[in-house]
Amino acid sequence: MSERAGAALSLGFVTTFITVVVALPIAALAWSASKKGAGGFWDTITNPEALAALRLTLAVAALAALTNAVLGTITAWVLVRDDFRGKSTMNAIIDLPFALPTIVAGLLLLTFYGPRSPVGVHLAFTRGAIFVALLFVTLPFVVRTVQPVLIELDVEMEEAARSLGAGEATTFRRVVLPNILPGILSGVTMAFARAVGEIGAIVLISGNLPYRTEVASVFVFLRIQSGDPDGAAAVAVVLLAISFAVLLVVGGIRRFATKHERP
Amino acid sequence: MNARKLTLRAIALGYLLVILVAPLSLVVWRTFAYDASGAWKALSDPDTVHAFKVTLEAAAVAVPLNTLFGVLCGLAIVRRRFPGKGLVNAFVDLPLALSPVVVGLALFLLYGRTGWFGSWLNGHGYQVLFALPSIVIATVFVSVPFVAREVIPTLREIGDEQEQAAHTLGASSWQTFWRVTLPSIRWAVVYGIVLTTSRCLGEYGAVAVVSGSIQGKTETATLRVQEEYENLNTGGVYGISLVLAAIAVTTLILMSIVKPSEERY
Amino acid sequence: MSISVRNVSKRFGDFVALDGVSITVAPGSLTALLGPSGSGKSTLLRVIAGLETPDSGSVFIEERDMTGRRPQDRGVGFVFQHYAAFKHMTVFQNVAFGLAIRKRPRAEIRKRVAELLELVQLDGLAGRYPSQLSGGQRQRMGLARALAVEPSVLLLDEPFGALDARVRTELRDWLRRLHDETRTTTVIVTHDQEEAMEVADEVVVMHRGKVEQVAGPRELYDLPANEFVMTFVGQANRLGDAFVRPHDLELTLEPNGTTREAMIERIVHLGFEVRLDLVREDGERLQVQITRDEAEQLELESRQIVFVKPTRQTTFR
Repeated sequence: MSERAGAALSLGFVTTFITVVVALPIAALAWSASKKGAGGFWDTITNPEALAALRLTLAVAALAALTNAVLGTITAWVLVRDDFRGKSTMNAIIDLPFALPTIVAGLLLLTFYGPRSPVGVHLAFTRGAIFVALLFVTLPFVVRTVQPVLIELDVEMEEAARSLGAGEATTFRRVVLPNILPGILSGVTMAFARAVGEIGAIVLISGNLPYRTEVASVFVFLRIQSGDPDGAAAVAVVLLAISFAVLLVVGGIRRFATKHERP
Repeated sequence: MNARKLTLRAIALGYLLVILVAPLSLVVWRTFAYDASGAWKALSDPDTVHAFKVTLEAAAVAVPLNTLFGVLCGLAIVRRRFPGKGLVNAFVDLPLALSPVVVGLALFLLYGRTGWFGSWLNGHGYQVLFALPSIVIATVFVSVPFVAREVIPTLREIGDEQEQAAHTLGASSWQTFWRVTLPSIRWAVVYGIVLTTSRCLGEYGAVAVVSGSIQGKTETATLRVQEEYENLNTGGVYGISLVLAAIAVTTLILMSIVKPSEERY
Repeated sequence: MSISVRNVSKRFGDFVALDGVSITVAPGSLTALLGPSGSGKSTLLRVIAGLETPDSGSVFIEERDMTGRRPQDRGVGFVFQHYAAFKHMTVFQNVAFGLAIRKRPRAEIRKRVAELLELVQLDGLAGRYPSQLSGGQRQRMGLARALAVEPSVLLLDEPFGALDARVRTELRDWLRRLHDETRTTTVIVTHDQEEAMEVADEVVVMHRGKVEQVAGPRELYDLPANEFVMTFVGQANRLGDAFVRPHDLELTLEPNGTTREAMIERIVHLGFEVRLDLVREDGERLQVQITRDEAEQLELESRQIVFVKPTRQTTFR
C-alpha cells in the first residue's frame, strides 16, 4: 500500500470512528432537546423538580471539588516533598476512585455511612451522603494534576526566596502557589465535571428523594424510564454544556500556564 | 522532624484513610464476617455468571477497538495537520467530562426506534437498545479517551527525530511505524489499555440507560449489583462488589507497575 | 572575619562531600572556591548559605554563629547557576521581592529597584518576564535581586556556568568591577581556573571534600602546595619526580648538556602564544609554550626533532 494511501486511511478511520462513536450521539441529543423549540426547552428545565435537581447537583459538586482542591493539594505536596514507608502504596491507593466501579463505590459508602455504620454516622438519604460520595469520586483529580507541576517546579526558586528572607508560609504563598495554581485549577474543574455527572456512587445512598436528594443525573435517568426522553434530553443538554465548558476552561488554563514558558 | 511536615503528612494520610481505606476494608470484612456463604451462592447464580460474561464481552470489543483508535488518533493529532483537529481532540476528551447517563441518553436517542440510526437498524431487524450491541457501544463510548490521552503526550515528548533518522536510513513509513514509533510508545499504550479495561469493567450509568437491565440477558456485573440490592440479596451485593473491588485493586497494582516514567512520582 | 567555617563535614549517603573543611573569608574580599566537580565547593557554599546543614562543624558570619540557622535568618545573598528566577514575576517584581516581603514602603522599593537595575544595566527591562530575557540578563537580574536586601555576604554558585563563552568573560569582568564598587564580601564557586584567577583576591582550591591550598592567584600558580594544585591550576609537564610549566621549558635546535630529545607532533597557534605538543622516544608527551616571535625565529616544523631543558621545576616530597 502506498504511504499516502496508508496515511489517508488511518486519518479516515480516526475521524469516522470519533464521529460515529461520540459526535453523532451527541448531535442526536442536541437535536432531540431542540425539538420542542426554545420555549419548550426552557419550560422543561425550569420545571421545579428539574431546577431543584440541578441546583443541588451544582452546589454539592462545587463544594466537593473545592474541598478536594485543598486536601488534594496537601496530598500532592506530601507525596512529592515528603518521604516515608508506605508512600508508594499511598500513591497507588489514590487512584482507587478511578479504578473502582461507581456502583461498588456507592456500596462502600452505604456500608460505611449507612444504617449499619460502624462509626455511627448515618448519612443515608441525606445531602451529606451526596457530598461524601462526590468527595470519594473526585479525590484523585487535583492530586494527579498538581503532582507533575510540583515535580517540575524549580526548587531553587524556593531556595532563592528563602535566601532573600521569606519564611515558609510566604515562600509558599508567593512562589509555589502561583506556579501550581494552573494545576490546581484544571484539577478542580475536571473534578467538578465528574461530580456533576456522577450517578453510580450516589444512587444507592442518597435515596433519590425528589427536591431533597435527587441529583440531575438521577432526574434524567428517571425521566427516560418514565418514557419522556425528550424531557430528559433538555436537562441532559444542560449537563452536556457544562462538560464542554469545563473542557474549554481546562484548555484555556493550559494555554495560559505555558504563556510564561515561551522563550 | 519538623511539626509542619508531620501535620501535613497526618492530614493527607488521615484523609485517605477515612475516605478510601476504611470503607473498602469494611466491605471486605463485612462480606467475610457476615455472609460469606451467601456471597458465594450469589456468585454461582447463573444470572450473575452471565452478567460477568456480558461485561467481559463488552470489554473484549471495546479495549482492542479503542487501543487501535487511540494509537492512530494520537499519531494523527501529534504528527499531522488536518482540518477539524481541535474538534476531534475535544470529542476524544468529552467522555471524561460527560455524565454517563447523558451518554446513555444520547445513544438511546440515536439507536432508538425513532433515532437516526435506530430507525434503519430496527427496520432491518437489528436490535441495538435493550440488547448486547447497545452495551458494547456504550462501553466503547465511555472508554474512548484513555489510550489516546496516554499516547499523545508521550509522542510529543519523544519528538519525531528518531523517525527522521529511520527515514534517512531508508525505512518506509510502515517499517518506521512498526520498528521505531510503536516500540517507543509501548508502555504508554499498555498503561492506556489498563485504564481502558478498568473503565469498561466499571461502567454503570450509560449501560443502565441503554440495556434495560434484563436479567440473564442484558445485565452487566455492575447492573447486577444494583439488581441484587433491589432484591435485598445482600450476599449477592457484597459478593459481586468484592469481586469487582478485587479487580480494581489488581488494576491499581498493574497501574503502579506500568506507569510511564513521566508520571512516576 | 566576615565568614568563618570551622571543621565542617557533610556526607550524602556514602559520598563524602566535605571532610573537615575550615576556611576564613576576609571582609570586603572576593574569594573563589575552585575545584573539579565533586570537590565539595558547591556544598560548602550552600552550607554557608544555610541551604545545606553540615553533619558537624560550625559556620560564623560576621562573628555570629549561624550554624543551625535557616537561610532566611543569615543575611546572605545567593545567586544560582540556573538563575532560579521567579518566572511568574516581572524583572521588577523579582528584584523587589526581598524588599516586598520586608514590607518596605512602595516608594522606597521603586527607588531601590531602579538603582539596582541601573547598576546591573537592566534599566528599561523592568516590565519584562524572565522568559523574555537572555541568560546573561537573567543572571544580572539574579544578582540585582540578591543585592537588593543588602546582604552581608554575597554567594555565587557557578553563576556563569550556563552561559556562552563570550558572555561568560564579559560578566566576569563586570562582576569584578561591580565588587570593587560595592565592596560586599563575595564568595564565588567555579570549576574554571581561569575565571578564579581573573576575578578573585584569594582562591580556595578544593579536591574531594578537602582544602588543598588557599592563596592569591599568583602564589597559587608560582608556589603550588602539592601535585593536585600544580596540575589543576595551569598546565604542568611531569618529568620524573618533577613538574615543569610549559613556559619553563627552554627549546633549542641542538643538544646542549642536559637537554632531552623530542619530536614535534603538532604546532598550535593560539594567537600570541604558540603551543608545541612534543613526544619523546619512550612515548612520553610534553607541552611547550613559546611566544610567536620565538616560534618564528626558530622556524619550527611538524615532525622536527628539537631539544628541551627545564629552566625551572618543582618537586613535591
